[in-house]
Amino acid sequence: MKLLVCVTQTPETTANISFNADNTEFNTAGVNFIMNPYDEWYALVRALELKEAAGGSVTIINVGPAANDTVIRKGLAIGADDAVRINAEPKSAMFVAKQIAEYAKEGSFDMVILGKESIDYNGASVGAMVAEYLDMPFVSFGTKMEVAGNTATINRDIEGGEEVVEVATPFVVSAAKGMAEQRIPNMRGIMMAKRKPLNVVEPVAFDDPTAVVNYTLPSAKSAVKMVDPEDMDELVRLLHEEAKII
Amino acid sequence: MVLVYAESPKGQFKKSAFEAVSYGKMVADAMGKSCTALVLGNAENAGQLGKYGASKVVQANGAFENFDSQVFAEVIANAAKELGGEVIIVNHSSTGKSLLGRLAVKLNAGSVSGVNSVPTVDGGFKVKKNVFSGKAIAEYEVKTAVKVLSLMGNSFPPAESGSDVAVESIDATAPAARVTVKNVQTVDGTVPLPEAELVVSAGRGMKGPENWGIIEELADVVGATTACSRPVADIGWRPHHEHVGQTGVAIRPNLYFAIGISGAIQHLAGVNSSKVIVVINKDPEAPFFKAADYGVCADLFDVVPKLTEAFKKFNAANS
Ligand SMILES: Cc1cc2nc3c(=O)[nH]c(=O)nc-3n(C[C@H](O)[C@H](O)[C@H](O)COP(=O)(O)OP(=O)(O)OC[C@H]3O[C@@H](n4cnc5c(N)ncnc54)[C@H](O)[C@@H]3O)c2cc1C
Ligand SMILES: Nc1ncnc2c1ncn2[C@@H]1O[C@H](COP(=O)(O)O)[C@@H](O)[C@H]1O
Repeated sequence: MKLLVCVTQTPETTANISFNADNTEFNTAGVNFIMNPYDEWYALVRALELKEAAGGSVTIINVGPAANDTVIRKGLAIGADDAVRINAEPKSAMFVAKQIAEYAKEGSFDMVILGKESIDYNGASVGAMVAEYLDMPFVSFGTKMEVAGNTATINRDIEGGEEVVEVATPFVVSAAKGMAEQRIPNMRGIMMAKRKPLNVVEPVAFDDPTAVVNYTLPSAKSAVKMVDPEDMDELVRLLHEEAKII
Repeated sequence: MVLVYAESPKGQFKKSAFEAVSYGKMVADAMGKSCTALVLGNAENAGQLGKYGASKVVQANGAFENFDSQVFAEVIANAAKELGGEVIIVNHSSTGKSLLGRLAVKLNAGSVSGVNSVPTVDGGFKVKKNVFSGKAIAEYEVKTAVKVLSLMGNSFPPAESGSDVAVESIDATAPAARVTVKNVQTVDGTVPLPEAELVVSAGRGMKGPENWGIIEELADVVGATTACSRPVADIGWRPHHEHVGQTGVAIRPNLYFAIGISGAIQHLAGVNSSKVIVVINKDPEAPFFKAADYGVCADLFDVVPKLTEAFKKFNAANS
């Protein structure tokens, strides 16, 4: 099975979020970047498991600048066979999807696996776009995926429950929690990753249809109001009269 | 024209469909345009979408019981082209998220997912959404002629601004589904988490699954949906779909009770957009208190039953 796993990098959750002076750009100074957890823990690991069970290859793709190579190498250390980086700033979901699709359509992949969303911009957009460009079925938010021959059975999260679907390869799937268990790269993996191919490809021309024009921080929360544990009527009263929520 | 896809799972509209249409009407007003609602397949009383601001309701005939993003997107995109949709709106739901990207590509449209503001249209079409797990707000400009937006749940309440309208039907030509739905399991009777306005959530402070009775009773009395922290779902105390936070469901209810949850940043990432947060924790240093509007520092096993009693009294006095 030939598998393509899309990985992106995101600021660590605990990162301090700040912007440049005119609030038009995210300030990356001092920010630690990690592989997007959904891509690393679920998409990539499930791809590796499928390869281990049935043979084939796992290729990582990232659309980003050279600074992303650290995160890509980590993916190779976890076990991917090779990687490709499309050398461009990822400024919109559609640009990213276009680049991934352009690469994928040459490679006759059986599956394109993504994370369910990037934890910085929370777009959950790229997967459906890639699927549309490739004219492939798309199954989003997979929590479990079994493959027999060229048919996959996928459990997916829906509002208040789950759905089980069947789909034939080739297809695009996005991975949510449950799809696999996180793997920590070991020393051997890290050493081997240094020798694995990381190909850099120039992007195809494509105009970003959207752009972030400014950022703001949410207004600060006022201090917590503590309520006497012996007086829960008071809490209910506050929720009713002050917060006007019930 | 603003075209809103109104989801009708099992032939029924949920609150989210009314939210989307109400929002569509606001977007249409901002642009000086009209709002049309699109329904796929059978739906009970589609004309009621007129009440929420659709001046026209269009129903595509066909079998749409099972969801395949390819089939649905084809029908919606064709309708958008035929009817002249300039802004296409879907919910930021599992269905809407699977459609947004396809619609964007099909319609050569820029898209913004999870929006929570009414766009401004003077000097470019601009709309906002929360980013960095609610730690910031980004304003996007959409530069294309056609735009696709998904609306974050609970951002705008459904607003009645009109009355029922006649439903026009169109024949939809759709490709055959390539995704086959084998089984659907949803908890009936309760509002699904992403749509819930009131949420009672509990964490490891509960000590064990056998103690959840007090949480369920409180949720029942309040009319809330239950949720939990991640470790609680991981160890199997609670079903996986209840897990909220960065790796679980992100929610923004009007009221969020956090009971025996410490308030780790990854948990907060999924709940800090809630309008009002009440924290019950016995540790005065629990980080959650910093994100809370109201706090009760006490043993949850004492305080939760008391709170339930207080709500019962309140309900009795206000019914
Ligand atoms: C990358 C990553 C992603 C993560 N994603 C998520 C996520 O999506 N969602 C999530 O929830 N977590 C997530 N976590 C885990 C998160 O960091 C915390 O470990 C988790 O939220 C803690 O759960 P908890 O508050 O239930 O348990 P604990 O941290 O153990 O807290 C229990 C709390 O209960 C209180 N308590 C105990 N007994 C009582 C009592 N009798 N009465 C009152 N209070 C009591 C304690 O004071 C304590 O504050 C993630 C972690 C990582 C590293
Ligand atoms: N720049 C990128 N390069 C490669 N894959 C990406 C990139 N951005 C997003 N993805 C993939 O698309 C998924 C969804 O991202 P998003 O639509 O941005 O929420 C991520 O989990 C990744 O798998």
